[in-house]
Amino acid sequence: MSSNEILREFLLETHENLALLDADLLTLEQHPTEKHTLAQVFRTLHSVKGTAGFMGLVKLQAVAHASESLLSRLRGGELQFSPSIATALLQVVDAIGEILAQIEASGDEGDGDYAPLTAELERLRDTGDHGTTSSLPPISEFPTASSVAQTPVPAEPDSTTNFSSPLPPIAVAAPVVPPAPRPPASSPVAPVAAPPSTVELTPEAVVETHSPSLADTSIRVDVNLLDNLMTLMGELVLARNQILQYSLLHEDGDFLSTVQKLNLLTTQLQASVMKTRMQPIGNVLGKFPRIVRDLALACGKQVHFEMEGQETELDKTLLEAIRDPLTHLVRNAVDHGIEPPDVRLARGKSAAGRLRVLASHEGGKVIVEISDDGGGIDVARVRDKAVQANLVTPEAASRMSRQELLQLIFLPGFSTAEQVTQFSGRGVGMDVVRTRIEKIGGTIDLESHAGQGTILRAKIPLTLAIIPALIIVSDGDRYAIPQVSLLELVWLQSDPAKPAIEWLHGVPVYRLRGTLLPLVFLNELLQLEASTSAEQDVIIVVLQADERPFGLVVDGIRDTEEIVVKPLQKQLKGIPVFAGAAIMGDGRVALVLEVLNLAQRANVFSGTKSRALPQQQRSPHASTAESESLLLFALDAGGQMAIPLSQVARLEEFPRTQLENLGRRQVVQYRGELLPLIDVSRAIDRLQIDPPQRGDRSKRMGATVPVIVYTHATDPVGLMVGKLLNIVPEPSSARSQTNRPGVLFTAVVQEKVTEIIDVPALLASSNHS
Amino acid sequence: MTASHQFCTFYLGEQYFGIDVLRVQEIVRHQPMTRVPLAHPMIRGLLNLRGQIVTAIDLRCRLELTPLAADGEPVNIVVQTADGAVSLLVDAISDVLEVTAERFERPPETLQGATRDLIRGVYKLSDRLLIILDTDLVVSLPGEASL
Repeated sequence: MSSNEILREFLLETHENLALLDADLLTLEQHPTEKHTLAQVFRTLHSVKGTAGFMGLVKLQAVAHASESLLSRLRGGELQFSPSIATALLQVVDAIGEILAQIEASGDEGDGDYAPLTAELERLRDTGDHGTTSSLPPISEFPTASSVAQTPVPAEPDSTTNFSSPLPPIAVAAPVVPPAPRPPASSPVAPVAAPPSTVELTPEAVVETHSPSLADTSIRVDVNLLDNLMTLMGELVLARNQILQYSLLHEDGDFLSTVQKLNLLTTQLQASVMKTRMQPIGNVLGKFPRIVRDLALACGKQVHFEMEGQETELDKTLLEAIRDPLTHLVRNAVDHGIEPPDVRLARGKSAAGRLRVLASHEGGKVIVEISDDGGGIDVARVRDKAVQANLVTPEAASRMSRQELLQLIFLPGFSTAEQVTQFSGRGVGMDVVRTRIEKIGGTIDLESHAGQGTILRAKIPLTLAIIPALIIVSDGDRYAIPQVSLLELVWLQSDPAKPAIEWLHGVPVYRLRGTLLPLVFLNELLQLEASTSAEQDVIIVVLQADERPFGLVVDGIRDTEEIVVKPLQKQLKGIPVFAGAAIMGDGRVALVLEVLNLAQRANVFSGTKSRALPQQQRSPHASTAESESLLLFALDAGGQMAIPLSQVARLEEFPRTQLENLGRRQVVQYRGELLPLIDVSRAIDRLQIDPPQRGDRSKRMGATVPVIVYTHATDPVGLMVGKLLNIVPEPSSARSQTNRPGVLFTAVVQEKVTEIIDVPALLASSNHS
Repeated sequence: MTASHQFCTFYLGEQYFGIDVLRVQEIVRHQPMTRVPLAHPMIRGLLNLRGQIVTAIDLRCRLELTPLAADGEPVNIVVQTADGAVSLLVDAISDVLEVTAERFERPPETLQGATRDLIRGVYKLSDRLLIILDTDLVVSLPGEASL
């Protein structure tokens, strides 16, 4: 083994140990007498010191040595573990991390100065906790402090374990515990009530429950090897498929049963290979207790942190991708969400705020929920700030629903923080979080009630490896566009009398529902043969890059396909319009377009990022933008109604025979999922105090029913209407307010009085009935 | 260039070339390729090699030779590089040749131009010259340092 390899092994191993060390130190802070954990910390630092000495890493050795001598006094019982010792040791963890990163980057230890840290460690070793400048209240010794009755001080319950103890809280026998109240259900096994002999056993018992050693049953594998396995697996599946095809031509029983066996094994093998890349989300969440602790201390807040579902697994790449966004959300919750203790007490809450991170599987996705019981989001303040920052017009803001206003916090440049703190409040937060999560095909939504707290829910796909993409054709070649950036497709039939594309000083544009959409010809951009001429149909793929929509003119559209994006080799790295390449179903390679860079290359937006609301983006806050299109429809009983087109995902027509009943609700199977249906006329009637008697319902029984698929800050819902009429720009004519429930306002559209319906109100009414 | 050495040899037009056989992963007959717009002209396209996406380099273009006739079907020599497998497109593949070091000579000073760097040297065979290419430089874009 060369010294390089030894160093690599050492780095790998120490990185892993550091993560454990972090967790162990936090455990110790809460259960200072857990000898087992203390010994583990000691061992880890000892081995770091040993290897560092062997490798000639002087600084690392010095830091490890100082902490080791402090720990040996702790282990010997000469010192008590205290918060300031914990802080110093946690700093040691950080310092080791820093040095390791430095070694990895440059091969030497760097020029960081760790002398103050070693001095502090030595001071603590010599004097214990006395004379500390720490702001933490030292955990006092128990009245009966003897070496035997070193009762574990029950501080905050360990976030990684769920003790359930029927015993009463310990406060009775230990009046000096930190003031944080806690639910009795999660108190550590109350050792105070037990005789000293059992007390001594407690730490061991506690340790056993939450430090299962994986080291004996797992090995480290290079991720590249796993990637390789995945690739080969894909090929094996293709070969299997070919054999299956071939086997249909034969009637040899033995051959067929062998093929069947191969088929089964391949499927199982595929599932197992996919699993090798899966990692528990705990690998990311594991850092949070430390982050929360440090931040809470720095903000002068008390936070009771809980985690659940750390074992939930997802693809390693995704895990890396969500690390930063989730960390940001957790920081936000502590910094902005949870109030300082005095405020909380004044509001009648417990002094310590509660922060929960919950991960779970749901319908092929991983859900991560971050909830706090803090101050919540004040919708009125969000509105004012958004107007102040020119993110929305005051008129638009005044018409927004609660949910729409909450969505404003995801806009670039938004911040409600009164002051910029070290941790958050610069207004570069939630939009980045949303962008990052959407980039990996996830979604994020938010629920908040002023005074009660906030719940953020991120839905993340299980694996990044496969993404849905639209396959388009340009000059005879196929290209893939990730569907995340796709807004809609526009197919314009050629009409010589009225060219679909207009030219604005040499720049092509298209009027999409009244707004000018800049167009980019893919052939031209890629310097391919131009094949679009005036006589041809024009196909526009409406894409969104950085909140700006633009139209990509392509030669043809094939289909949507699930693709595996693979990186390009270095010879092609210099072409930013390609995100990678993918192998299509027929075995040929297709390039994957990088929409953002495509837009940049075509100068769709200038260098500065616009902070204004995009006019026609299909997101909730656009629904009230100035020039909106309306979808007109009629109910069977007559009367013209409309909803904003931006809230409409699709228009469908279902045969009546496909409608099914699920309890009291009607549903239809739609794209492999159940789409709940709402009959608009019934829903509106239900909202009336005195519903009019609508006569003839029988004439509604046409063979098919038109359905508006509505997606607007909710999961898709199908609105059953009588007849779809038209799409028109919203008239500038006066709107009249109405007091008819379920109707936002009325306006004259195409010479008819039209009711603009309030879909959220309809949804709410049908949910309650 | 010590002792004897094995080379995978091939033709580009009339010229006879060789690359280190240890770097050659496999020889693949002509394959349909996906062209890459905006790429350097020496990049002929991407091909699917059992699930691996491989960049194909037109060696004629790389060595500034005249392009192969439009109906010509070049052969892929797939070589290993630090960045994964890369295919070199050549006119025709020949034998694996073992040659001894004493036949080696550096390229003459009169050989100038951009391609000089790509040529490590020449083996004087009895009937012709075998030009040895530097695999890492050949797969790099002109003007880019190889890994």
